[in-house]
This record gives sequence, structure tokens and C-alpha cells, in this order.
Amino acid sequence: MIPEFGQFALVMALVSALVQATLPLIGTAKNIPAWVSVARPAAQAQFLSLLISFGCLVYVFIQNDFTVLYAAENSNTKLPLAFRISAVWGAHEGSLLLWALALGLWTYAVTIFSKKIPDVMIARVLSVMGLISIGFILFILVTSNPFERIFPAPLEGRDLNPLLQDFGLVIHPPMLYMGYVGLSVAFAFAIAAMLAGRLDAAWARWSRPWTNIAWVFLTVGIALGSWWAYYELGWGGWWFWDPVENASFMPWLAATARIHSLAVTEKRGSFKAWTVLLAIFAFSLSLLGTFLVRSGVLTSVHSFASDPERGLFILVFLVIVVGGSLSLYAWRAPTIKSTSRFALFSKETALLLNNILLVVAAASILLGTLYPLIIDALGVGKISVGPPYFNSVFVPIMVPLVALMGVGVLVRWKQDSLQRMQKHLLIYLFISVALGVLSTLAMPRFTTGGMIATTLAWWVVLNMGYSFKQRFKAKAISWQSLKKTPRAIYGMHIAHVGIAVFTVGVTLTSVYSTEKDVMLTPGESYSLAGYDFKFTGSKQMTGPNYQGYRGHVIVSKDGQVIADMEPEKRVYNVRRNPMTEAAIDAGFTRDLFVAMGEPRGKQGGWALRIYHKPFIRWIWLGALIMAFGGLLSATDKRYRKAK
Amino acid sequence: MHPLRKRRLILILVMVSGIAVATGFALVAFNQNLMFFFTPSDVKAGKAPSNRLFRMGGMVVDGSVKKSDTSTEVWFDITDNEKTVTVKYNGILPDLFREGQGIITKGKLNEKGEFIAEEVLAKHDENYMPPEVAATMKKKKPAYIKE
Repeated sequence: MIPEFGQFALVMALVSALVQATLPLIGTAKNIPAWVSVARPAAQAQFLSLLISFGCLVYVFIQNDFTVLYAAENSNTKLPLAFRISAVWGAHEGSLLLWALALGLWTYAVTIFSKKIPDVMIARVLSVMGLISIGFILFILVTSNPFERIFPAPLEGRDLNPLLQDFGLVIHPPMLYMGYVGLSVAFAFAIAAMLAGRLDAAWARWSRPWTNIAWVFLTVGIALGSWWAYYELGWGGWWFWDPVENASFMPWLAATARIHSLAVTEKRGSFKAWTVLLAIFAFSLSLLGTFLVRSGVLTSVHSFASDPERGLFILVFLVIVVGGSLSLYAWRAPTIKSTSRFALFSKETALLLNNILLVVAAASILLGTLYPLIIDALGVGKISVGPPYFNSVFVPIMVPLVALMGVGVLVRWKQDSLQRMQKHLLIYLFISVALGVLSTLAMPRFTTGGMIATTLAWWVVLNMGYSFKQRFKAKAISWQSLKKTPRAIYGMHIAHVGIAVFTVGVTLTSVYSTEKDVMLTPGESYSLAGYDFKFTGSKQMTGPNYQGYRGHVIVSKDGQVIADMEPEKRVYNVRRNPMTEAAIDAGFTRDLFVAMGEPRGKQGGWALRIYHKPFIRWIWLGALIMAFGGLLSATDKRYRKAK
Repeated sequence: MHPLRKRRLILILVMVSGIAVATGFALVAFNQNLMFFFTPSDVKAGKAPSNRLFRMGGMVVDGSVKKSDTSTEVWFDITDNEKTVTVKYNGILPDLFREGQGIITKGKLNEKGEFIAEEVLAKHDENYMPPEVAATMKKKKPAYIKE
């Protein structure tokens, strides 16, 4: 009964979404207040229905009800409870339901945190979100019903893909989806504003926190995915320019650009049309990401067997959303007027450059991601675009962006002069280069890449510090004045410091990492980056739903033992695929990483993968600092004002 | 020229040249890094380049995997059910690599016509067949599969 109830709840959600999408929109057009006021309750009913539906699916998994096809294919009685729950979003059907639930949650959040925004505006926003909901719920019901039964039911489920039996997977998809879907709020605000013909500072202020929060989720989601790939896939890499990673990164870049252009729209009344366009881009890219992941058109680590009908559905949906919103934009854009002018040397120009660089970066990633698809569709041949392309395009765009960051934060709105800042910039440039060179000299060897990155990082951190101090001018910095400073100011400075930390992590990891695949018999050791890795042998072991080997490696430096590492090789009982559980000795300035390859020879030898990764933690640390900054900004009180 | 127009002109010139440089970078990087995909039959027919990295995909032939006892070297054969190419790889194979599985590998040919792999890719999902490999296999169904 429960699965049928879940499906019924899903249908109820669809009905609520239909009401939510149509009545309020007609109400605002025809000026019928009663219809306008339907928006909030309808949205809340939709969320409640989705929550019940999702709850039913979770219940099915907890109860091991294998009469439900989706549970039979992705769960197992031996699977620990936490993974039985996360298995709900471990494959296609359930992850779409999670997508829909995330959208429902955002919609619900809009109904709660929008008390001060006019009802008519919120009615339009909720209608647009309702339209998106309809698309997704229909998609689930028509092509990917998670509640489908099978007869006869199997006694045992086929188990969850072992790669996904991990804490990282429990939280990575929900975070990422919250980010993806969160961009729909900003999108809905933009569409609603165009419908109303009202694009003013108040509108920009309303949509800023929503964009920020979605961006925070997206940042954390991507970082978690990268961290998970690092320790769970056993590859030791943290970013592969895989199409699916790109699919999450492009909306991130667009959202980052939008956060910056929104600042101009709110403070100065410029860039209005562009801000709207970025909202459309960001959400379209997140839909495109969903399409790429769920259609199976790409060769990717995330591509799972799937059927083409689903791809077609999302593609059509994508065309409707992008086509519809761009048409509306084309119709309304001429009426959008920017109200202020700015000089060539001003914060506006700096933010404009920021936007150009971010959009160009997103576009070049889009090119590299879609080009193989286009070539394939044209039947010209089969090609792929590898990481070297992305690295050689992305890095030259990011270097000026980070350099600009240090200046952009100091330049004044509207008009400024280089003369005013010349002296300061030269001094800070000199200090940054000096500190950059010194930092690089502290590394095992001097590299230009390392020097550029550390110089940029110092440049950003020093200028952020200077900019923060500038806010107080002659006044002494006291506890009172610090408390009075708006959160968004803290958030902005902190997020940029996050970029500096991230830059250091990325560069030092890629420049100074050492990696080696070696074959070791028990008792043998291998020396890497000053660390001695001694392999003492491996033992057989049995887990709840797997069997395998546990190796033992003693790591020492200068004769002192610093870590006992126990990498594992597991074979899961049901799916029979082997899994590498890498052993990682994490540290602030370096990670040691040992993974078991395969047994070799007759003396109990193993092929082992040994890595020394300096500063890799800084990559995720940087991302978390950025996210924290974004969170502070989003919760700034000034954004909650009505006018 | 009017100062405002002049300013706009500078701004536009900066933007256009910036985008032009970026496009230039992208195109150069593109040309250098496009990687073509060939089937074992293509390779045997001499269609694959001899001095450039490319990708090759197919099924790992049953019983063809040989591993060194003293180093991480591995040899195996890849087939599209018509022609077979021997691949040599020095390193650890991915977890989902096994005989009878569809894989993709990146590398170069040596003088002996062996494929020296730099990277071997097998996918997350045991049932998943890379689209390129699936297309290759469909064209040439083995004799034991009836239409």
C-alpha cells in the first residue's frame, strides 16, 4: 500500500503544482486578489505532498520492500540502515524525486521568507516555480516512476552500487541538488520581474540572498563531490574535467557572475538586463547539467545506463524553459533601462570585467563539454576533449580574474582614479611578490607556477585586509564598530580570501604532487617525497556486505614512524565489483595516500598506488571559506527590508 | 571625439580584444587537445595516427590479461569482435576493469603495433557500456548473437 500511497502523493503534488502555476498568474494578470492569494497555500500543499511521497520511498527502502522495482535494484537487506536511506537517491528515479523535493523545499522557503514582498510579485515567482515543478513531476511520473512494482518480487535486492556506499554520497547529492534547484528561485524572480516590468533596486535586493544561498549549496555540493572523488574513487585526483563535473561547475560560474552583477544592479541600478540574462543562463545551465547526467549521452564517470526517452523529455523541457525565457527576455529587454552612468575606471567596470571573465570561462567549458556531442550528432567522428584543453583555457582566464579581485574590491563606485590608488597598489604588489617568492622558496623546489599562485593569493588576502580596514577610515576599530558592520561586508571579504586559499591549494597540489604505482612484496619499502612507505603485508577480512583484503603500510620520515595506513580492497557480495578504499593520512600541509591495486606474484605482493599531495586540503578548505562568506552575506539584515 | 564616446570605445575595444584573446587560447588548446576515438578495426586498418595520443575502446578479450609478477606492467587484448589489438599498460587498472568488460583506453601506438596505454577507463556502473564502445559492438555483432 505504501508505494501506491507515495505515487498518489506525487500525483497530488502535480495537481497542486498545476494550481500553483496557473491560478495566481491569471490572477495577477486579471487583478483577482483571491486567485493571487492561492499561490502560497498551493505551493505549501505541493511541498507537503512531495515530502509524503519521498517519505514513502524512504519507508520502502527501510522496510526492504523488494516488490518495488527501484528498491530491488538498488538496495539489499545486508545494507546498513544509513546507506539504505541514501540509496533512495543512489540511482536515477530516486534522485529525480530528490530534485523535485528540493524544488518543493525552495518553493516552500519562498512562501515563508517573503512576507515583506508584495503578494503579486510572490504570486508570479511561485507560478514560475510551479511551472518548473510540473515539468519535473511529469517527468518522474511518465518516464521514471520510482514506485513501480515488479512481479514476482525478488527475495533479495541487487544492492547499492558499492561506490555509493559512502558518507560522501549520503550528503553530496542533496547539497548539489539544493544548489542546482536553488538557482530556480533567482530565475523565477527574474521572470516574475520581467512579467511585471519591474526591475528596480528592491527587486535586486530580494533576489540577492536567494542567489547567495543557492550558490553556497552549489559550492559545498561541488566541493563534497570533489572530496568524495578524491578518497572514494581511489584515483587520488580531485577534479577531472569530467562532463558531469563541468555540468555542475558551469552553473556555479554563471551564479558567481550573477552575484557580482546583482551588486551593481542593487547599488547603482546598472546591468539590469544583464543580471536578468545571467539568471536565465545559470538556471538553464543547471537544467542542461541535469540533462547531461540523466540522459546518458556523455561518456562520463557518472553516466549510468539509461534510456533515450528520458533524455528526449529533458531536452524538450530544456528547450521550452530556455526558449520561453529568452523570448520573454527579447520582448521585455528593450524596456529595461539602466539608470546610472559610470566612468571607465570604476567599480562598475571592475565588476563588468569580472562578469566577462566568468562568462567566457563558462562558455569555454561549455564548448569543451558539448563539442564532442555535436561532432558525434553530425556523424563526423568520435572525439573527446580532455583535461589539457580545460586547464590551458581555464587557467589563463582565472589568473587575471584573481589579480583583478585585489583591485576591484578597492575601487570606488561610479568614478575613481588610478592616481588615487597607484601608490598603494605598487606597495602591495611589491609586498605580494616578495611574500610569494618567499613562500615558494619554502617549498621543495622553486617553480614559476607556484610563485604566481602564492603571489596572487597574498595579493588577494592583503588587499582584502586593506579594503576591510579602509571601511573604518580614521575611526578606531572597536568591538562596537565591528558589530555594526553589515554581514555582507564580512561575507564578501571572507569569500574572496576563500578564493586565495583555494588558488594555493590547487596550484601547489598540481605542481608538487608526487604519485607512483609500485609493486611491493611484504617487507619491502618505497621512498617518496622524503617519506618511507613500508608494506608489511595484507590480511583477509569480512565486512557486513563485502569481503576483501586489508593491507598494512607503515610510513616513516627520518626514521620516525608517523602513520599506520590500512588501505582496503573490497569485493561486494551482491554486485561482485571490487572497490578500493584508500588509506589517507590527512594533514594541513600535505596528504599521504595509499591505495591497493591488485595482488601480484606468489609472495603476497601487491601493486600499490602511493601519493604525496601537498596542500590538497586547502582546495576544500578554500571552498568552505567561500561558502561561509556566501552564507554571511545571504543572512545580512539589509536584504530583508521591504523597500 | 566626445569624451563619453571615447570612453565607451575604449571599453568596447578592451572587451572585444579580451574575448578575442580568450577565443584564440581556446581554439589553440582545442586543436592540440582534441582526442579522436578509434576502434581496434580502425587501428588495424592503419587509420589511427602513429605519433599522437588517441582513444581506443572495445571489450577486453577473455583470458588475455597477463600481469607481471615483479612490476606493475599489464598486457591485455581489446576487441570489437572483428580485430584485436594488444594493449600494454604500466600502472594499476581501475576496479571495474575485468575480462569481457567494455573499456576505453588512451595512449599511443608503438612500432610493433602495440598500444601503449597512458590511462585505462572503466566506468562506475557494471552494466554501463561507454556509448562509443556500444556503437562499435552493435555494428559488429558476434556470430553467437542472433538478430
